[in-house]
Formats: sequence, C-alpha cells, structure tokens
Amino acid sequence: MITALAIMALGAIVLGAALGYASIRFKVEGDPLVEKIEAILPQTQCGQCGYPGCRPYAAAISAGEADINLCPPGGMDGVRKLADLLGREVKPLEAEEKPKQIAIIDEQTCIGCTLCIQACPVDAIVGAAKQMHTIIEPLCTGCELCVKPCPVECISMQPIAENIDNWKWKYPVFEIKRAA
Amino acid sequence: MLAQLFRFKGGVKPPTNKTISVQEPIGQAPLPARLFVPLHQSIGGAPNPLVQAGDTVLKGQLIGGADAWVSAAVHAPTSGRVLAVEEHVAAHPSGLPTLCVVIEPDGRDEWIDRRPVDHHSLPPERVRELLRDAGVVGLGGAAFPSHAKLTPAHAVTMEQLVINGAECEPFMTCDDLLMRERADEIVRGIAIFRELLAAREVLIGIEDNKQEAIAAMQEAVLRLAPDYRVVAVPTRYPAGGAKQLIRVLTGKEVPASRRSTELGVQCFNVATVYTAYRALACGEPVLSRIVTLTGNVERPRNWEVWLGTPMREVVALARPRADSSSFLMGGPMMGFEIPDLDAPVVKATNCIIAGSPGLFPPPPPEMPCIRCGACAEVCPHELQPFELYWFSRARNFGKTQEYYIFDCIECGCCSYVCPSHIPLVQYFRFAKSEIWAREREKQAADAAKERFELRNARAEREQAEKAERLARAASARSTEKKASPEAAKAVDSPPAVAAGEPAAAAASDAETIRKAAIAAAMERARAQRELAQPKNTDRLSAEQEREIAAVEARRAVLPATAEPAGRAAGTGPPTGLQRGE
Repeated sequence: MITALAIMALGAIVLGAALGYASIRFKVEGDPLVEKIEAILPQTQCGQCGYPGCRPYAAAISAGEADINLCPPGGMDGVRKLADLLGREVKPLEAEEKPKQIAIIDEQTCIGCTLCIQACPVDAIVGAAKQMHTIIEPLCTGCELCVKPCPVECISMQPIAENIDNWKWKYPVFEIKRAA
Repeated sequence: MLAQLFRFKGGVKPPTNKTISVQEPIGQAPLPARLFVPLHQSIGGAPNPLVQAGDTVLKGQLIGGADAWVSAAVHAPTSGRVLAVEEHVAAHPSGLPTLCVVIEPDGRDEWIDRRPVDHHSLPPERVRELLRDAGVVGLGGAAFPSHAKLTPAHAVTMEQLVINGAECEPFMTCDDLLMRERADEIVRGIAIFRELLAAREVLIGIEDNKQEAIAAMQEAVLRLAPDYRVVAVPTRYPAGGAKQLIRVLTGKEVPASRRSTELGVQCFNVATVYTAYRALACGEPVLSRIVTLTGNVERPRNWEVWLGTPMREVVALARPRADSSSFLMGGPMMGFEIPDLDAPVVKATNCIIAGSPGLFPPPPPEMPCIRCGACAEVCPHELQPFELYWFSRARNFGKTQEYYIFDCIECGCCSYVCPSHIPLVQYFRFAKSEIWAREREKQAADAAKERFELRNARAEREQAEKAERLARAASARSTEKKASPEAAKAVDSPPAVAAGEPAAAAASDAETIRKAAIAAAMERARAQRELAQPKNTDRLSAEQEREIAAVEARRAVLPATAEPAGRAAGTGPPTGLQRGE
C-alpha cells in the first residue's frame, strides 16, 4: 500500500517537474493564431473593422471578441478563408464589397498641407509642406484614410483599371442556347 | 549514323494541314502606312521608350532599351517619323492596350550604321549583351529573351545543344520554310550558340513530315559543320515542346520546375538561331519575322512581316474568304483568337489562321467529366488533367498546385481528346492566372504590412526622441535657474538634485520655454518686417527732398493765413509727398 502510494507520488512529482520544465522551455511567444489570421487579412490598415489596423483586428478575432465578417477590403473571399481557418460559419460581409481601389491626388488642387501623408498608414504618399503631394500607386492599399483629412477634397478613390499585367483568364462560361 | 530516339509519353496526332502553306516561297510583306511597335514583346521587364513623338528614326534604331537582365530591346523596323508613343491594342487574348511606338515610314528604308561583329573576338558576356540589345528572343512563340538562356551552368558541362525545328503545331510552316530557304544562316547561328554554351554535341530535331527542310538542313550541315546531327523525329504533337524534344533526342527528362541547363541540355528554336546570326554577323537587330498565313484563305503562304504591322493588313495579303469569322494567332492547339485585327504583329506571332465555322466548328456543349482518363493518357507532362479540372472548377487552387498545375504547358492535348468536350486548358489558364493574382496580392499585402510596421516604429521613435529632447532642455534650464541663485548664495548645488528633477516641473518648464520661444520668434518677425518694408520717406532723391522742404514751408505759412483750413493741415503730413507730386 505504502509502496504503491510512494510510486504514484514519485511518478506525479517526476511528471509534474517535466511538464513544468517543458512549459518554460517550450513557451510559445505570442499567439500563433493571431499570425495566421493576420496573414489572411489584406493589410490595408484601414480600420474599417473598428480596430486600429489589421493586427489588432486579428488579435480580437483570435480572442473571440470580433466577428470574422468585418473586413470590407478582404471581401467575401477573406471571410471564407477566415471561416476555414477558425472552423466558424461563413457569414455575409457587414459592409458592401467594393472593387479594389487606389487613391488619386488631383495635383492641381493639392495645397501641400501634408495631412494625407500623416494619415497614410503605409507611407504611400510623397510630398512635403507646401509642395505638391502624390500617391505612389503600387504602394497604395486603397484604405481611404487619406480622403477625409484633405482640406481641399482633392483625393478621390478610383477603381484599379484592368491592364495587360493584371488581366486574368476568365472562368470558362458557355452561353446556354435554346435548342431548335 | 542512326541515333537512338526516345519517346515522350502521351501526345496526339491532329491533322497537320501544313501542305497548303508551303507551296510558295517566303514572301516579303509590304511596309504598312503605320507601324505600331509594342515596347513589351518579350517575357521579362518592359523596355523603356527611347524616342518621342516627332523624332525621326532609322531602320534598326533602338526605340526601347532592355529594362532588366531578362528583357529584350525593341527597334524601329524601318526609317521614318515617330508619330506617337501611345497605348494601342496588343496582340494579346485580352485585347487590352499596351504602350506602342507609332512610326510613319518614310519609304527610304534607311539603315542605321550596321556593325557586324566577330563573336570569337568578344568575351561571352559581351556577346550576350549584344544579343539582348539586338532584341533576340525565342521565336517559337514564348518570346523568352535568348541571351538569358545562353549562360552555361557552372556545375554541369553542356552536353547537348538542341535546335528545335520540330514545329509540331498544325497549320504552321514558318520554321519549315525558314529551314528550306535559309539553312546556311541557321547553321552558322548554331555555331555562335554552341560556342557560348560550350556544348559538346548539336542535335537539330525536325519532325519527319518536313522532308525538304531536313534535306536542306542536312546539306547545309554537311557543308558547314559536319559534326552537327540533323535528326528526323516522329511527327506527334507536341514534339516541338522544349522538354518533349529534349526527351526525344537525348532521353533526358527535365524534372518539374527545373531548367534543362541543370541537366546539360539547352534548346533553341531555329528562327531564334537565325535572328541571332543576323544580329551578330550582319549587325541587323530583329525587325521582322516569318508569319504563316493560312486557314480559310485563298492564298496561304509564309510572309516575312515587319514587326508592328497591323494584323489586318497582314491578313489581307492572304485574301481571307468571305466566310472567315475569326482569326487565331498561333496554332489551333495553343493559339488564341485575336480580339482585334488592329493589333500589330509581334515577335511571338508565328502564325495567323483564318477560321470559319466549317474549319473550326463551334465547340459542342460541355458535358460532365466521366473520368475516362483519356486526358491523362495524352498529357505529355504526365499530369492528371481530370483532377486539375475538378480543383480548378471548384476554385480549390491550393489543390491544383499540389497536382502540379504549373507544369502544364497548355498544349491542349487533353482538351483535344476529351470525349465530354470540356475546355480543360481554359480551366487551367483560369486557375493559373488566379494563383498568380493571389500571389501578387499576397506580396503587396506583406510589403504593406512591413511599411506599416516601419511607420509605427518610426512614429514611436520620433515621439521618444522628442520627449527626451524636451526633458533634456528642461533639466538644462532648471539647473541654470538653480545655478544663478545658488551662485549668489555661494553654495554648490548637488548634481543629484538637478538629475532628480520631478517630471511635472520639467513639463511646466517646457511650457514656459515654448512660450518664450514663441514670443522671441514674434519679436524677430516684427523686426524683420520693419526692416523689409522701407518707409516712403526713406531713400529720397535730392529733388524729392527739395519738394518736401517746399511743401513744409507752405504748410508753415498756411495756419497763419487760413484758419478755417486748419483741420486739413492737421491731417496732412503723412501724405505730404504724394500731394507734392
């Protein structure tokens, strides 16, 4: 009886020590789920989800505080991927889905106030005080954060036009014809 | 000597339809009224325009410089005037515009100074550069810059150089005619490539349905380079695919996503070799190419067409029949329908086929896949097209990559044999371009994230620096303040007190510093303003001073003589000068 208890107690101590060591030695820094969620989000950093950037939103989803359908730039595609990753139901997007856009500054109207430069989360606007500003088109994520601060309303959002470089083969569709 | 030939798996034997267009020799297409030369005619970076509207160009003049290592230059096909550098519809399935140099030929066809070079005397890097600047690209249809393929691998010795004259696509005969008529130049061109690659053996593969081309090449080889081997390969589509021809001639199988150079083999099209020879031995860059005009036309023939000639004018040479409904660029297996005949002929345009409902009947309706496996049997890359089809159709792109969709060369064998008439290749093209688009988006998102993080780090750093600066200024001020009364009291202030200044005091000090700075700045600005604006009584000429003196004298007399006018005199002085004038 005593030996049995001693053996069990010894086993418990050894295993407890091993587990305790492992929890320190193999501690995972940060939340790996947040990383995975963030990888799906489009990194526009637009805040349309109500969180100040993509990472905070990913953290909120991971903590179960936010729904997965709050990211308009990610679109339904993003919702589907998040649902896949998290094993949640696919939900319709909260906002309406827009085609991908970029901001364009009307350079004739720009007064060089630098407010849009301060608003841009991804450093996609160049310019200096009292100098004309312009958007580096390939870097613009279309977050619309620069539109509001502009005092002269010279920034507009324009959908990205199709060109030879971003053209895609279409899904094969065939017309259904009425049989004679 | 009879060499052993190997087989590649799969393949089909569609009717070749080649005899109709080989009846006549290669014709020289006339110069059009306008040439639309697209700047981006090869795989890789888009060349930058080097001319602008109004410039005059000579035949062979560089109009687009290669942008990167994998890129090829573009030249003016004839002498004339540049009307514009603008967007014009491209020879592309989308029918979207691309940047073109519009040239109005002057009819003189005046060459630039052509400088033939002796490639033996130049280092190989220089020869590769010359080829890039002459715009030599793969003319088999892929338009990959050739110089980028001419670097031998360091680890492997180059065993075989394969020259591709197979031309397996039905209808197409441009390489056939080129080999018949210009075999000597091809063989001389091969010598250049062989030297660059230091290849031990040269194999020229030609499908056995082109007996005349084989004979012509054999004759030229016998005369000029007897150690090359001209090999007739069995006619079976797609024997002209690079990996297939390498397999047939050498027995080497190029693994997925690896290059043939790593196995000691390199493959070039005969037309590419020909243009490389012209570029080095004659100093003539790639200005034209041979285009097969065939199909539903009255006069099928091969023409040497200037790059940039609108397809409408090229097609007219062959006199298409009235019922021609569509035009294909490339062969019937891999080509695409030209959306707009205003598109210009480019380096990749090897064939234009006029189609009619009789020649290419509209595809029957797509039926469900019955998993018969016919597509897998004919696939030359040993893929499983039916699996790829399921996943592409379901947009399950990750799975398509697991089934090696990027090894698909879009040869069209699977669609050709499918008993359910499923346009398999279209599904694969769709899946590939979706995957590429996602890849691009992912890269853009990652870059955006990185910039966002850098920006946040910068903002944090700036804030910390500012706080530090303010704290330092505040502590400096407070020690100063303390130092003066303490000096009066002649007591040394312990440095610990200054260092341990409470943060609240630092903040209020910062406020006072700021206010003082603002006041000082305003004072400076006022002083500057006063300096900058001269009063109207400064810097007067002697005459003006005399006038003022006269006015003052009159004014001194005035109050005594006219008392009622005293009001006016009281307000007068500041405008005295103006009145004096």
